[in-house]
Amino acid sequence: MDNEPMIERYGTQDRITHWVTAILFVLMALSGLALFHPAFFFLTNFFGGGSWTRILHPFMGVLTLLSFLLLAARFGRDNRITEADRQWGKHLGEFIRNREDNLPEIGKYNLGQKYLFWTLVVTILLLFASGMVIWQPYFAPAFSIGVIRIAVVVHALAAFVAIAAIIIHIYAALWVKGSIRAMTRGKVTPAWARQHHATWYREIRKEAK
Amino acid sequence: MAQQSLDIERRSATTTPSPNMRGHVAEVAKLIDISKCIGCKACQSACMEWNDYRGNVGTCDGTYNNPFDLAANQWTVMRFTEYEPPGGNLEWLIRKDGCMHCAEPGCLKACPAPGAIVQYSNGIVDFHEEHCIGCGYCITGCPFNIPRLSDADSKVYKCTLCSDRVAVGLEPACIKSCPTGALVFGSKDDMRQHAAGRIEDLKSRGYKNAGLYDPQGVGGTHVMYVLPHADRPQIYAGLPKDPHISPLVSLWKGALKPLMSLGLGVIAFAGVIHYVGVGPNETKDDKSKVDKSSEHRDQ
Repeated sequence: MDNEPMIERYGTQDRITHWVTAILFVLMALSGLALFHPAFFFLTNFFGGGSWTRILHPFMGVLTLLSFLLLAARFGRDNRITEADRQWGKHLGEFIRNREDNLPEIGKYNLGQKYLFWTLVVTILLLFASGMVIWQPYFAPAFSIGVIRIAVVVHALAAFVAIAAIIIHIYAALWVKGSIRAMTRGKVTPAWARQHHATWYREIRKEAK
Repeated sequence: MAQQSLDIERRSATTTPSPNMRGHVAEVAKLIDISKCIGCKACQSACMEWNDYRGNVGTCDGTYNNPFDLAANQWTVMRFTEYEPPGGNLEWLIRKDGCMHCAEPGCLKACPAPGAIVQYSNGIVDFHEEHCIGCGYCITGCPFNIPRLSDADSKVYKCTLCSDRVAVGLEPACIKSCPTGALVFGSKDDMRQHAAGRIEDLKSRGYKNAGLYDPQGVGGTHVMYVLPHADRPQIYAGLPKDPHISPLVSLWKGALKPLMSLGLGVIAFAGVIHYVGVGPNETKDDKSKVDKSSEHRDQ
């Protein structure tokens, strides 16, 4: 290793916002799946039974939305998709096979991370909107049965996409060594930064001078 | 509540067989002959008495509908319609509304709580409120707008077809109270036969479109109507002409439920395969190459 100091990738507030959102998302996914398929109904045990799961899920959903909005406000700027990302995207197959020699240099996030970000922006907003429509006993009675039927399908589809995206997100963090430390302790090694986010690395270096 | 002597055909949110060892149960049906109903509401009172609920005092909306709508504590209501047939006299249509006990119940299909909704082998669709979680999905699934969520306990309620009485060989309370014979109860086959006689009589009296309402879109129902105008069920306070479980509900609780659950499992498993196959993405300390580019930029 070189003697360069570790690089800060996520500040304390970034990390706290991320993990609050992450915990809420997991609770939402588990309680939501419990009410989606009988195979998952046992998950209601973690929330105090079926009725408690039904009561808690939407309230936790509001917290999830608020937490995610904070997260999105912090991370949104660095998640705008650039031309370099599109070039990088053409080499996705190589990236997945761990062949990184020809990958174009990119900024703080790669195209996959950015797609995850925007997927969650869209699905969480859809989940919130459709969730309000089916929220018993408070809001659902205000909507017509036709709107409620559309909302349950939108809610299920958006949840599927969001949970699938998060499974991929968690896997990517486990796969790319050094990522989990980045989000738990905030810092990455210079070699990690150069290998995965060379453009971002150089920006950080420039600022440091 | 479950009745020990009644076989169960299916239970909500359950993928294994239901208690169903007898296998010789006849389907029952309630037949509502609209041409004989005088709108006395004795059935409403009998339902309240047997099932021991009391509706809230409501308001008058200027019609004879009283109470105005179904509720968690109002499982059947008379719906009154003033109907003028083209070139004919005024007809006062009175339809006793309540659960139709569908052969393919949308409520049961939508319900996420195991055993909260059961369909007995005799055709009765019953809510077991002690298992109900109050999500209201049954309301979303019902093609007839029947289940109601209680303000008192966040459980859904509806007509049970007096499953407790039927289990011990009695007829439903509403049937017992009907003074004109507009309500009859028996095996579904017998009720069809009885209806055929009534329809013949109605036709002989000029109701050429008289017929039986046993909608096949929901697999038939265990509450059937004899309608003098069976070609236009909508005139009877919006009785749907071709009720069926909404395609959105079928998609949600049909294809999406297993496919998306499986999909999530496949995605997670693909991660395992990828990790084992390709290995982790380690940070390579290839200083010479990476440093070159950064030096180049730093100059």
